[in-house]
Amino acid sequence: MKRLFPAPWLSLALWLLWLVLNLSLSAGNLLLGAALGFLAPLMFAPLRPLPIHIRRPGVVIKLFFVVGRDVVASNIAVARGVLMAGKKPPRSRFIKIPLDLRDANGLAALSMITTVVPGTIWSELALDRSVLLLHVFDLDDEAQFIRHFKDTYERPLMEIFE
Amino acid sequence: MNSVSELSLWIEIPVAVLLVLSSLFALCGAIGLLRLKDFFQRMHPPALASTLGAWCVALASILYFSALKSTPVLHAWLIPILLAITVPVTTLLLARTSLFRKRIAGEDVPPEVSSGGRSEGGN
Repeated sequence: MKRLFPAPWLSLALWLLWLVLNLSLSAGNLLLGAALGFLAPLMFAPLRPLPIHIRRPGVVIKLFFVVGRDVVASNIAVARGVLMAGKKPPRSRFIKIPLDLRDANGLAALSMITTVVPGTIWSELALDRSVLLLHVFDLDDEAQFIRHFKDTYERPLMEIFE
Repeated sequence: MNSVSELSLWIEIPVAVLLVLSSLFALCGAIGLLRLKDFFQRMHPPALASTLGAWCVALASILYFSALKSTPVLHAWLIPILLAITVPVTTLLLARTSLFRKRIAGEDVPPEVSSGGRSEGGN
């Protein structure tokens, strides 16, 4: 079973993706989607993806909504920063954030979150994964930003992946 | 599209508001890309179009077509999800490349955060 379906959740997600994209539950599409869900993980296996163990699905859902809220808030903040840039240039700079999260999948999720939220760009990760270099569009208080970053994103990801 | 007139105003108004909001955010992103000076600053505004801009269009599409067909048509949500997966790849690549080039050129960017050896990207 494990050999046939190395990533059962990915298989299921691909199958659902196929059905939703085609908006159909016909036998042909059910079969094609199942074939995709079966073959794609086997084809990706040589890339040696790290196994994902997701703990605490409740935290995942909560993090999803927190990120959604932060995206809306920072969209408005960056839009304002752009429109006011003539009068008040945004205080853009790099900051270093010490990381406690070490799991590769968790770090990948963290890099996705920082990129999806406008106003922060993941710029560099130290080789030993202990420090993150982040570019921030408009930074007010560095210590407060780091605290917020670690509390809202890093801690939930550690609960989920570690 | 003669079926437009069949929709009630209660659907048309939120759809129109969402579409205008989305285009405003995309416009803001474009203005930022045009007017800001520094490369890293200019990487931020385009994210407006790929997040709230895309979300609002997707939501408008879901509302409009769900009302038109009288059943939930939810597959437009795949667009923001797929964008959230693919956009970080190019953003990370651009940021890493720019840092690398600016360091070689001796411009004012932070040194590598790890001591010794080559540094690594996010994933």
